[in-house]
Amino acid sequence: MNPLQRKKDRIDALAATAAGGGDIPDAGHVSESGGLSLIGSAWLRLRRNPVFLIGAAITVLFVLLAIFAPLIAPHNGTTKYLISQVTPDTPIPPSQKGFPLGGDDQGRDFLSRLILGSRQTLIVGVLATLAGLFGGLVLGTIAGSIGGWVDSVVMRIVDVMLSLPSLVLALAVATLFGRPSQWTLIIAISIVQVPIFARLLRGSMLTQRASDHVLAARALGVRPAAITFRHMLPNSLGPVLVQATLVLATAIIEAAALSFLGLGNPDDSSAEWGQMLGKAQDLFDISPHVAFWPAGCIVVVAFGFTLMGESLREALDPRNRR
Amino acid sequence: MTTAPTKTDTLLSVRDLVVEFGAKGQTPFRAVDGVSFDVRPGQTVGLVGESGCGKSVTSLAIMGLLPKRGNKVAGSALYDGTDLLTLDDREMRDRRGRDVAMIFQDPLSSLNPVVSIGVQVAEVLQRHRGMKKAAALAESRDLLDRVGIPDPTRRLKEYPHQLSGGMRQRALIAMALACKPRLLIADEPTTALDVTIQAQILNLLKELVIDSGTALIMITHDLGVVAGLCDEVNVLYGGRIVETASRHEIFATPRHPYTNGLLGSIPRLDGARSEQLAAIPGSVADNIPWTTGCAFAPRCSRAIEVCRTEPPVLEQDPAAMEEHALRCHNPWPIDEGTRGPA
Amino acid sequence: MLRFIVRRLLQAVLVMFIVSVLLFAWLRSLPGGPVDSLLGERATPATRAALSKTLGLDQPLPVQYWHFLSNAVHGNFGTSTQVQSGTDAMELFLQRLPATVELSFFAIIIALVTAIPLGYFAAKRHGGLLDTGSVVLSLVGVAVPVFFLAFVLKYIFAIELHWLPVAGRQSPDLDATRVTNFYVLDGLLTREYDASWDAIKHLVLPAIALASIPFAVIFRITRASVLEVLNEDYVRTAESKGLSARIIRGRHVLRNALLPVVTTIGLQVGGLLTGAVLTETVFAYPGLGDALAQAFSQRDYSVLQVLITMAAIGYVLVNLLVDVAYAIIDPRIRTR
Repeated sequence: MNPLQRKKDRIDALAATAAGGGDIPDAGHVSESGGLSLIGSAWLRLRRNPVFLIGAAITVLFVLLAIFAPLIAPHNGTTKYLISQVTPDTPIPPSQKGFPLGGDDQGRDFLSRLILGSRQTLIVGVLATLAGLFGGLVLGTIAGSIGGWVDSVVMRIVDVMLSLPSLVLALAVATLFGRPSQWTLIIAISIVQVPIFARLLRGSMLTQRASDHVLAARALGVRPAAITFRHMLPNSLGPVLVQATLVLATAIIEAAALSFLGLGNPDDSSAEWGQMLGKAQDLFDISPHVAFWPAGCIVVVAFGFTLMGESLREALDPRNRR
Repeated sequence: MTTAPTKTDTLLSVRDLVVEFGAKGQTPFRAVDGVSFDVRPGQTVGLVGESGCGKSVTSLAIMGLLPKRGNKVAGSALYDGTDLLTLDDREMRDRRGRDVAMIFQDPLSSLNPVVSIGVQVAEVLQRHRGMKKAAALAESRDLLDRVGIPDPTRRLKEYPHQLSGGMRQRALIAMALACKPRLLIADEPTTALDVTIQAQILNLLKELVIDSGTALIMITHDLGVVAGLCDEVNVLYGGRIVETASRHEIFATPRHPYTNGLLGSIPRLDGARSEQLAAIPGSVADNIPWTTGCAFAPRCSRAIEVCRTEPPVLEQDPAAMEEHALRCHNPWPIDEGTRGPA
Repeated sequence: MLRFIVRRLLQAVLVMFIVSVLLFAWLRSLPGGPVDSLLGERATPATRAALSKTLGLDQPLPVQYWHFLSNAVHGNFGTSTQVQSGTDAMELFLQRLPATVELSFFAIIIALVTAIPLGYFAAKRHGGLLDTGSVVLSLVGVAVPVFFLAFVLKYIFAIELHWLPVAGRQSPDLDATRVTNFYVLDGLLTREYDASWDAIKHLVLPAIALASIPFAVIFRITRASVLEVLNEDYVRTAESKGLSARIIRGRHVLRNALLPVVTTIGLQVGGLLTGAVLTETVFAYPGLGDALAQAFSQRDYSVLQVLITMAAIGYVLVNLLVDVAYAIIDPRIRTR
């Protein structure tokens, strides 16, 4: 190539960023951040992104609420304090001294149940997501790192799982268990998430199999298992993290939907937002607030996770890298 | 900076064009820093320089194609007496394609992938000449034939991905010249093409321009292109014109050290094999601002004290026989070897 | 293009095969065994024996699968025990299908009509108030559970304001003639316009609730796609030709930007069924979703079976159609 051309390319890159007023890219120049890793530069950008900050704030508050719930709640969630006020005419005890949000249909303190409900909701969401992640990890890693016909078969099954609408799939799985319970809820939701993670992992694995550092490891004779765990998996973490955050949001919402349909723990002594929402539908006409509060909480938390997930995704996008 | 009076038969007269980019909170960057040149009817004018010197931005500013936000434009671009820079969007839209047209560097990405070639040519005719679809398509066919595309009737219905690179650029030329604009701007039209096709396209442009009397502004970094095509050449550096002359003058007596550098860095077929390619040392990043001194000074082999403290002015070279403007404190003398280092 | 279609068809067939195997496995794994689950507890020993024979329970698995498959192909899924006791499951499905299709149709129309223009203008005025506002709106749309939105709508517009009906497909006092079972269409065909209007009134709220998720997704994809296309060179070429803003928007920007949206619509259909299950329950709208919810809570396995099978088939078919449509629309694939 003409030296003028080579120089032109370099100047092109510089001029383009100069015209845009941005930082100088890696066109042979060290960036201002001193050549950070993808995660490093992502964090720098995230710190200043209001979308991420709001999402992270909501998420952190939610987690703290869940952890310290018993300390924060004024009463416990099972004692039927106000049962005497529950009559066919007034099924919901109104707001009164000591019980700012009144009671529920069993006379228990609504506010306390709301606060304590964050725990169960978080647990259900996290467990379902982790289970889905683990399942997807196994499938995706197998498909991606072995490749060949194993890959084809596994991905066909994944495609089929994706071809069913999520709720239908969840219901189908839930039917297999005789009696609904917390665990059927978690398993049903996680099965829906498995194909998403599997696809993600497998795609990431395939891209990396062809990458230089993996080829180098293979050339050096590193054992395939070691390659998978030490070289390929860590690099796949970014998109997986993003997906997990988004999945957590949908898991919470799906838990609510399934509870609404009658899946989930019939014993409602331990509070959970989805369950509370499901049971509140019958009383909606008389006392909408019994539904609004848990719904509002679900919306806010799901919103927070979604904001965080979306901004994470944008931050980790290699195209945005400086 | 010279602000020469506009000659009466000038088609396009650009005066003191300034284009400044800058996001909020960042120092503004002048991509074009006071550029003036004329184009007479039927004339081919070259804008030459490395990437980043402002030549593309100049043409985009003239066409009114700069993004709506993030830049400031000053100066004037008089087309037939009307300043294009003052026209609003609707008025500019009327003129684009009809009075002034432009072709760009990458023919594949410059074509709409989901619309047929015929329609992409016809739409210009429909817009500016009010032709109905059937008539427009018929004339498009003739246009495609005129630019040398074989089997044009079939091509009308085809899509960009079905054509070769050279044919795509020909199609773009057909679109640009469909309404017979009096001025065509070509921004590096051959850079993205194979070398063998480059010559064909350049010949085509030359032929069309001579036939129709269209004025052409040729933007390029390649002096070989300039040699074959342009009547007059403007060399740009750092957003300003540093040398202007006729083609003959520029190649016979290039006086500005930068122009010399550009010429000298072209590998010659008859040069000794062991001869090193003479690159211009340094890079655009080494520039000092024009407000301080000569932007090229840090890279210039002929830089003297005053070059770093006083910006040189573009003025007619008193020693030249023809019109030949220079922006330099210490240009190469005329009688010494013309192919020296920068 | 033909090669493309054939390949997609074969893939669809393969997926259907795997689905059928999974369904078969699912059926055999139901608690209480397949016979009990299909017939319920009150079946006589004779009926049980007959069903056992039909299902071929005493025979090797592959043969059982074959019976299952042939039953399915003939539309023989058993009889409903709870949802509509005594009705053949397949017939129940066919009965309720138009209701959900009509609802989904309106929901998708609402989503498209609002999301695409909004997405386009949000992209065009990138960074402006409209852009930020609508992005936030779409995120909220995804975060709010569909059934809750349905409830809120019902509460505000039906219960409090009495503007729209609370439940069902048609007012009970209206005696409308049935032609296709698509109530709005029927009213138009028989010129009973009040019947059509009544059906529309019943559709408004559930359709809006159902549209919320497709709206959010279609909006975001349109916006992202338009943003990308606006930066393309060919848009600059179109501008340099002096074309009118309308032509540039229609022929150059949208025709390219909407291609990814077409694919998304196919994916949304699956999501619609999920939403339908919840929305129809809230509005007591007698469609497939409502049937599914009831069948699930009451353990009506015949109905569950037919609905799940049909859902899978429907989803695969719709996606196949979308892929084919995409192949026709995108000239780059069409002319390969």
